[in-house]
Amino acid sequence: MAYRTPLARVRGLGSAHAGAEHFWRQRLTAVANIFLASFLIWLVATLAGADYATVKGTLAKPQIAIPLLLLVVSGLVHMRLGMQVIIEDYVHSEGYKIVALMLSSFFAFAVGLVCVFAVLKLSFGA
Amino acid sequence: MAETRQTVERPLSPHLSIYKPQINMVMSILHRLTGGALYFGTLLLAAWLIATAMGEVQFTYVNALFAHPLGQLILFGYTWALAHHMLGGIRHLIWDTGRGLQIWQVNVLSWLTILCSIALTVAIWAVGLVLRGEL
Repeated sequence: MAYRTPLARVRGLGSAHAGAEHFWRQRLTAVANIFLASFLIWLVATLAGADYATVKGTLAKPQIAIPLLLLVVSGLVHMRLGMQVIIEDYVHSEGYKIVALMLSSFFAFAVGLVCVFAVLKLSFGA
Repeated sequence: MAETRQTVERPLSPHLSIYKPQINMVMSILHRLTGGALYFGTLLLAAWLIATAMGEVQFTYVNALFAHPLGQLILFGYTWALAHHMLGGIRHLIWDTGRGLQIWQVNVLSWLTILCSIALTVAIWAVGLVLRGEL
């Protein structure tokens, strides 16, 4: 390690230039998702079969909307990282791999934005 | 991440085709499959939320899709995928700490993952149906 500069050691990113960031973010969102996905299951189970006014009113409550928004953000970060690993494992051609990674990111951000927009619209009325 | 340039078709080591399926291997495959399914399953959540935000007509339409037997089957599968991926994830978090890596512990944890995921899914749906007064 004598050839590594002090800056490289402090950054700790290694030769892949990304360090343990992917691993750490995957774990961080995994732990968050345990609680947030449990919340979603509870929410859907209690709202299954409910009429429109009930569902709309429930989703607009801050104590429901906030965990739901947290789930959307944490869940989409987690699933984007997971799909990235799947793509990198199975798509070997560099060109197709980059296209697939881009499409995966587009999908994750689009789904996330739709969810966030919907929850905020329900929360702030209109 | 490095690109492998293959000029000669070299033989690959056989793995899936030759090894007897083992529970930890099956759980590993299922973890990835359920993760992939959940990835696309977020469309269900997005559809539900955006339909509710759009109005009663759209909400009723999406609700009818979910209430259809095929929709119910997909939701049941989604619940199982979520339960399985969550329990498998907890197993991985245990492994991350360096615990539970003896072969017998790996096997026990793997069996627990599949058994608990099925039990949990059935329990969730049972509670859900009881809440709706349908069970």
